[in-house]
Amino acid sequence: MPLLDRNGTKIDAWTRSEGSGIDNLSQALVPWEALTEALQHKTRDQRIGVVIPNNIRIAELKLVLRQLSLIAVSFPAYSDGRGFSLAKLIRNHGFTGTLRASGPLIADQFAYALSCGFDEIELPEANAARQPVEQWLKAVGQISHGYQRGYGDSHNILDQRRTARAAGRLAAS
Amino acid sequence: MYRYDEFDERFVRERVAQFRDQVSRRLDGSITEDEFKPLRLKNGVYLQLHAYMLRIAIPYGTLSSKQLRQLALIGERYDRGYGHFTTRQNLQFNWPKLRDVPEILDLLADVEMHCIQTSGNCIRNVTADHFAGVAQDEIEDPRPTAELIRQWSSLHPEFDYLPRKFKIAVTGAEHDRAVIKAHDIGLRLRRHPDTHEVSYEVSVGGGLGRTPMIGKVVRDYLPKYDLLAFLEAIMRVYNLEGRRDNKYKARVKILVHEIGVEEFRRRVEEEFARLDGPSVNADPAEVARIAAYFKAPDYEVLPATSRVLEATKAANPAFARWVEVNTIPHKAPGYAALTISLKPVGEAPGDATSDQMRLVADLAEQYSHAEIRVTHAQNLVLPYVRQRDLFAIWQRLGEAGLASANIGLITDIISCPGLDYCALATARSIPIAQAIQHRFADDDRQKAIGELNIKISGCINACGHHHVGHIGILGLEKRGIESYQITLGGDATENAAIGEILGPGLAAEDVPDAIERIVNVYLSERAEGESFIENVRRIGPAPFKAAFQEIAHAVA
Repeated sequence: MPLLDRNGTKIDAWTRSEGSGIDNLSQALVPWEALTEALQHKTRDQRIGVVIPNNIRIAELKLVLRQLSLIAVSFPAYSDGRGFSLAKLIRNHGFTGTLRASGPLIADQFAYALSCGFDEIELPEANAARQPVEQWLKAVGQISHGYQRGYGDSHNILDQRRTARAAGRLAAS
Repeated sequence: MYRYDEFDERFVRERVAQFRDQVSRRLDGSITEDEFKPLRLKNGVYLQLHAYMLRIAIPYGTLSSKQLRQLALIGERYDRGYGHFTTRQNLQFNWPKLRDVPEILDLLADVEMHCIQTSGNCIRNVTADHFAGVAQDEIEDPRPTAELIRQWSSLHPEFDYLPRKFKIAVTGAEHDRAVIKAHDIGLRLRRHPDTHEVSYEVSVGGGLGRTPMIGKVVRDYLPKYDLLAFLEAIMRVYNLEGRRDNKYKARVKILVHEIGVEEFRRRVEEEFARLDGPSVNADPAEVARIAAYFKAPDYEVLPATSRVLEATKAANPAFARWVEVNTIPHKAPGYAALTISLKPVGEAPGDATSDQMRLVADLAEQYSHAEIRVTHAQNLVLPYVRQRDLFAIWQRLGEAGLASANIGLITDIISCPGLDYCALATARSIPIAQAIQHRFADDDRQKAIGELNIKISGCINACGHHHVGHIGILGLEKRGIESYQITLGGDATENAAIGEILGPGLAAEDVPDAIERIVNVYLSERAEGESFIENVRRIGPAPFKAAFQEIAHAVA
């Protein structure tokens, strides 16, 4: 399925496996149910990623975070926003690997996804065909700064005001 | 009031450009109608019964004269010369064309306004006490909190695709005029009894609709500094755990109900303890920056009571009555907070023509520091009026049909647009409101009945707040015929309560009779100085039910 990140389309280096059989795949993406077994069979050189449903509890997931190189959070529909909170929780629990949103998202959600900690979006073919990558790259910059602190970078409006105050450019009115 | 800085300005302008782009991507097929729907809803564009509807955010119900004039202009240029103020302190235009919406959004941005998140499954426009800053029972002005939440909730990356809509209301007074217990989150500013520090009481899980619930307190005293982090914790729990299998069970009230408030509180507190508060909260300088915009105006030093006012009242009983009913005592001596009724008998509750909006804007400019408030009861407020100016204001309002002396009385009816406009409605609301107004139009009679809130919804979604009306009316459809269910004993204040159904549904033409019978029970049973709702609480529903049954049987 087509994959993109903030720089544009990218090649998927991961191979999905149906079950826990990861053979000699260097980067194997396994379903959540098969994760325990896959981790047991993993060799030192192999990297493991997992596809998780969006109703998984962070308490379960955090036990294996350090053994994972990629987590793909499933979005069953663009309107189901659980994945955004799950991504935020996964990052808050210290996961530094790749975080992928997988499902029929729309370009208007790209900026949100990145802000919540996702690195890349994996789209169904039909959705990617309707919304070319240029639309995603354009949409991501349409709102240059959000208000929320703690979502991505320090360019949010509240931190910019704070910086301006510190520099004496913005009086406390 | 709050003014945009360069960041707010750019944010709103970019939002308009983004919507233009979204419309064009819808038109070229890049996004489907289904995908476009939440995008247009989050810009306030609804598809209604006859046309598109545009809902404009009036954050915490505060407007400047300039803004109200712009709304008048939009109403004239793109609608039919009027607008409808809603129970969420917003303004709706019922007849705009979709192609005009980006232009309207531009005109709104010109006066620091927008339609962001006035619909859709996101955090909606935040509401507050309409007497913020002027009420005598206020502990602290809720508007700085509301503005902080407005900014924080706008295009929130994590909470823009929630299970369902999410409404937040704030009050800073002892008497709740913001219906906070019927909101997903209700915030009440209060002093801690030991530390005397102003903090928030946080309620979650209130809401009306088909499963009415009164909000439950999850935190008694939240330090002000922790507000955004605590809200983030609540929203995260809801976004992850709220039901998504059934839209009628997707509000946070159902989650709180199903897992219990104890468990909900535990999950929120756990997440709140775990997240990094200082990286989320606004720093005190930012809170102070916002609060500075809500400083009280420079009041004149005046005697507590204006002699001019007393003299004009003595000479003019109709004016005296209007002052008594439509004004409240003010923090500042010699001032009054004036409510302008948008409920003249026979008009659609909450509607105002463009000319009326301009008049109110002019009056605000001349007499009220150019500021207007919109109330959840669909009226307008001039918050800073010198008592001695009331007579001049009354005369000019009278010429425009806006001098009804009925605030809080039986004809000050809250009503949703109902089947005359709304795609969701199952019955008409406005004609019912009008029929009741006609029945009780007599000023002396209204005054004798005293405070009585009638609230009408044209469907189970309860936009007219019928559950919390002293008398609530819910319009349903039964076998192709409109049927009206009457409830009794609801309360929208700090004593929040859901009304009890009195009996079987009635036909539209029988509703005024039923209301009259209910009122007659009160008039014959009331103790000295006892209001309608106090009477209902004291004597219970039985006598009212008995009177109601008579009419229900008579027409059955």
